[in-house]
Amino acid sequence: MSLRSREPLIFDRSVPGKVGLDLPKLDVPLPKDTRPAHLKRTSFDALPSCSEPDVIRHFTKLSLWNYGLDQGMYPLGSCTMKHNPRLNEKVAAIPGFADSHPMAPDATVQGNLALIYTLQEWLKEITGLAGVTLQPSAGAAGELTGVMLIRAYHVSRGGKRRVILIPDSAHGTNPATAAMAGYDVVDVASAADGTVSFEDITDAVTGRVKKGLLSVIAEYKEDIAGLMVTNPNTLGIFEHRIDEICKRIHEVGGLVYMDGANMNALVGVARPGDFGIDAMHMNLHKTMSTPHGGGGPGAGPVLCTAALEPFLPKPVVVRDTVKVGEGEVPHHTYRWNWDRPQSIGKVHTYFGNFGMLVRALTYCLSHGGDGLRDATLRAIVNANYIRKELEGIYNLPIKTATMHEVVFNDANQTKNDVSTLDIAKRLIDYGFHPPTIYFPTIVHGSLMIEPTESESKEELDAFIDAMKLIAKESEENPDLLHQAPVTAPLRRMDETTAARKPVLRWTKAPV
Amino acid sequence: MYPADLKYTKDHEWIKIQGDGTALVGITHYAQDALGDVVFVDLPEVGDQLTHGDEFGTVESVKTVSELFAPISGAVTELNASLTDHPEYVNEDPYGKGWMLKLQISGAAQADLLDATAYEALVGSESH
Repeated sequence: MSLRSREPLIFDRSVPGKVGLDLPKLDVPLPKDTRPAHLKRTSFDALPSCSEPDVIRHFTKLSLWNYGLDQGMYPLGSCTMKHNPRLNEKVAAIPGFADSHPMAPDATVQGNLALIYTLQEWLKEITGLAGVTLQPSAGAAGELTGVMLIRAYHVSRGGKRRVILIPDSAHGTNPATAAMAGYDVVDVASAADGTVSFEDITDAVTGRVKKGLLSVIAEYKEDIAGLMVTNPNTLGIFEHRIDEICKRIHEVGGLVYMDGANMNALVGVARPGDFGIDAMHMNLHKTMSTPHGGGGPGAGPVLCTAALEPFLPKPVVVRDTVKVGEGEVPHHTYRWNWDRPQSIGKVHTYFGNFGMLVRALTYCLSHGGDGLRDATLRAIVNANYIRKELEGIYNLPIKTATMHEVVFNDANQTKNDVSTLDIAKRLIDYGFHPPTIYFPTIVHGSLMIEPTESESKEELDAFIDAMKLIAKESEENPDLLHQAPVTAPLRRMDETTAARKPVLRWTKAPV
Repeated sequence: MYPADLKYTKDHEWIKIQGDGTALVGITHYAQDALGDVVFVDLPEVGDQLTHGDEFGTVESVKTVSELFAPISGAVTELNASLTDHPEYVNEDPYGKGWMLKLQISGAAQADLLDATAYEALVGSESH
């Protein structure tokens, strides 16, 4: 760390009168101020006064504190932080893609429309589903779009179904989505093997019964609009009875939505459309290596069956084949089709985050079908290598075979008063981004590791060594872990005060 | 840790049955310790009718969110409003300032409530 590793807020660097740029004196008369008084600020002290070097130093310093995939492994389970190939960026920067206007006439942007169409075909092939929209801006937006499709489908058939079933291992966005789409959420228990339980589960201590799939279906029957399931689920476990789950839901007229957050474990290996899924989203910023950015922009395309296709957001790209002479290569033209009377409408301005679509198609084309499958298999092997190396040192609360991620917990360390949080913070000292912690919530103290296919064996070994060292430290010197991180610019954050008394806006200190 | 004048549930709530047909409800020392620092308590409204064993609210900590289950049936007559600004009372004083709600008991007390000795034996046996 540099000698001055503490950096004040830009507001605290402010000195009245300092400026970044000297503007020449105004040499024309000011126009008459016609702004209504009630729209004008009465006080204006929220802009810092800084010089250009002040600003450059401030933000450069902050940027050096950043940690990203370009610096090292980022094993954030369920988030799939994989390498963003530079080829994707190079292609996205081609002026024809980067500088085209979304309102340009179709005839002038045929290449862009062809790109969207081609990506749609790839995603349909990968998922085994017939319909697609590329509009949603990320996973949660995709979920909402998908559940709105399910709702539109039921409404079109005169149904008044009001319930969505969700396994208790789900991402928090699933129940939030269902509630936002106007549905009541009903929990489904997980079995001891971590997958959706068909039978009721009785808690050994409390005697409390959590309902399994069969009794929930029996209770709500034709009131069930659908089920939202993540596969592989948040424990990294493939829902091995997924076809049976879909069949049971379909029997009562419900539909199955798949949260595709973990689709990177299936690409090229299994197709959701083949095992009974009706609608799903894919996170292009996970599965297709587009950047996560600072939380965006992302892309969360939604795929669906032919039965749901009429309800997709509009417009959709269609391809017309121009007739040519015999033996000649057919010529295609592309256009937006807005004439979709059953559409749920738009879910994003224009056509979604186009730049992400360019990157995703680049990823698909540069890998090819075999390459995509290979990436999936490597991601699974990497996660299982970590699992095997750390098993026993860290507790595996659920023993079922896992795919692209693995969930440990702190059960072996709690006897030394070391928690998951301490382990995660200590990883920062060893130069790794901590994994996802305390999620999934059905495991106590969970530590969810997803290396992705991007990491080499050498990098995985370095991570494994760090984890082993931390386990050793927890035996020999637990206090070291309680104090971690010690090498970061800021030490352990006060998460409690941050949650109880958050300070979300800078305010001028009282004089 | 576990006052003798309270009754306990296997879900880690405590209940103080008072002579006037009312009862106070909160979560135990064990529960607040397992949850970690509490940051939010979501409670029902005054007048709501709770049924024994049903979920009546949630308690959120920096680590997790946990459901609260009614230890007894009754109508909510009072809420501990101070928890809105001071959720830390649940950690600091779970049986005092951290109480959550007051019920007008309806029906008889349930047989599944534990006394302090039985509850202490339960949490001693529950590994986490």
